[in-house]
Amino acid sequence: MHGNRFRHNILTALLLAPATVWLVVFLVLPFVAIAVFSVGERAPEGGYQAAFTLAQYANLPARATAFWNTMMLAPAGALACLLVAYPVAYYLALKAPQRWRLILLALVVIPFWTSLLMRTYAWMYILGGRGIPALLAFVGIEDVRLINTPGAVLLGIVYGYLPLMILPIYVSLERLDRRLLEASADLGATPLSTFLGVTLKLSLPGVMTGFSLVMILLLGEYLIPTLLGGGKVFFIGNALVDLFLQSRNWPFGSAIAITLVAVSVVALIAANRISTRVSGARRVDLI
Amino acid sequence: MRAFVTAVFAFLYLPIALVVLFSFNAGRHASEFTGFSVQWYGTALSNPFLVEALKNSLFIATTSALLAAVCGTAAALGLARVGLRTRAVFDALMGAAIVVPGVVIGISTLVALVQLFGVLNPFLASVWPDGQPPRLSLGYGSIIAAHGLFSMALVTMIVGTRLASLDRNLVEASSDLYATPLTTFRSIVLPQIMPAVVAGFLLAFTFSFDDFIVAFFVAGAQTTLPIYVFASIRRGVTPEINAIATIVLVASVLLVVLAQWQLRQRKPAN
Repeated sequence: MHGNRFRHNILTALLLAPATVWLVVFLVLPFVAIAVFSVGERAPEGGYQAAFTLAQYANLPARATAFWNTMMLAPAGALACLLVAYPVAYYLALKAPQRWRLILLALVVIPFWTSLLMRTYAWMYILGGRGIPALLAFVGIEDVRLINTPGAVLLGIVYGYLPLMILPIYVSLERLDRRLLEASADLGATPLSTFLGVTLKLSLPGVMTGFSLVMILLLGEYLIPTLLGGGKVFFIGNALVDLFLQSRNWPFGSAIAITLVAVSVVALIAANRISTRVSGARRVDLI
Repeated sequence: MRAFVTAVFAFLYLPIALVVLFSFNAGRHASEFTGFSVQWYGTALSNPFLVEALKNSLFIATTSALLAAVCGTAAALGLARVGLRTRAVFDALMGAAIVVPGVVIGISTLVALVQLFGVLNPFLASVWPDGQPPRLSLGYGSIIAAHGLFSMALVTMIVGTRLASLDRNLVEASSDLYATPLTTFRSIVLPQIMPAVVAGFLLAFTFSFDDFIVAFFVAGAQTTLPIYVFASIRRGVTPEINAIATIVLVASVLLVVLAQWQLRQRKPAN
């Protein structure tokens, strides 16, 4: 029995070994590295010089615009996604004909797994000078500027992240016990109060999962503001690319990255708390 | 409500359709469709830089997805055998690997690898017997490893979910009938989790093939297809890019449909 137990443990360790090495070398170590860098100094020729200072964090306001844009457009984008996604998820889960449901759901999933770069490029094409503005000029409306505006970035965000918002809401609505809806109606509730009191309340875990996922991914977004915002709408992601690949101020970049992760963690925990308090249920797992 | 849902689906697919349509445009501009032509596909495929980037992307996506499928499946099997506390630690790390923004994964891996190479390269040079010692640098290896992190976590999650729904009775029946653990694994467990492993591989491949931001930081001197496309887009929109975009979109859609189909397959009856 003793030998058996030993063999069991050895096998378990062997199975977990590759994943452990991977997680330690490419997730934990890199995170420790940027944490150390963030309290260091910039070497004169760029890169990193060992030190212990909070100067990099004190310097964060230098990138206030990037933080401001991200902190405004990420929640706004997530909210816009939610407003578009909820009716779609509701329709798919509760109203769509059974035989169409899986096909429609697949049509939602597919864009999520196709290249965000290519999908954002599509909007560059549409909003760019030779797209909609050219069509508008053709009917006599001149000088419309669509691309490189905050509106274009918001549109790109909704387009890019809509599938990710629809899925968790769909999952929570689909699990909903329909007898509750009937009971509510039988007890004389109006459709609106049934929706607010039962449907919306019970789908909140899905809403919070979708909202926090989209928001966290948006906090680190780079492609959409770069391609649809031009040089005008800067996100934290743009600041990071600039600091690491162009001006090579790695310690300051690390401090920004650590702040970004901290903000994401706080947002996740807050979303989880709100969701638990409102519905008394746990979050919905996405995959 | 139906009208709204229809409009949303149109919103999701019309831009993609437009990109595909204009990849077959004889003219250069998005404002007018002057005739049907496949010339832009010819231009794209005879561009040596683009073909090189495409080959790199295929190699990186295949390798990282294979590694992720093997290590992720092993991890999922291992996690089914450990206590709650160990499991919670792994779940948290895997969750972080998926949720932490790509831009942060990219820069932190860049920083860590540059430091690591800074230590390892002089060390290798000092112990190398003779001739040129190998010089470690950013490139294929770092992109594969960084993509593999996300992909492995994804595979572990998908296979883990499947394992959790595995019929325990079959496993017990198998060992009651004196099958060795290896036989039980090969004839009971593996066939049941295989669709999840394949789906995980396909999704990992798609992720790696489409990823721009992580590769952008750790690619060093290498170019992947998204990096090449990003650089050309910034120089200007051309129908050549539409042609590449169409090829990539079609390939991704095929892979995702295949993965979904694998995941929905019923467990083989034994």
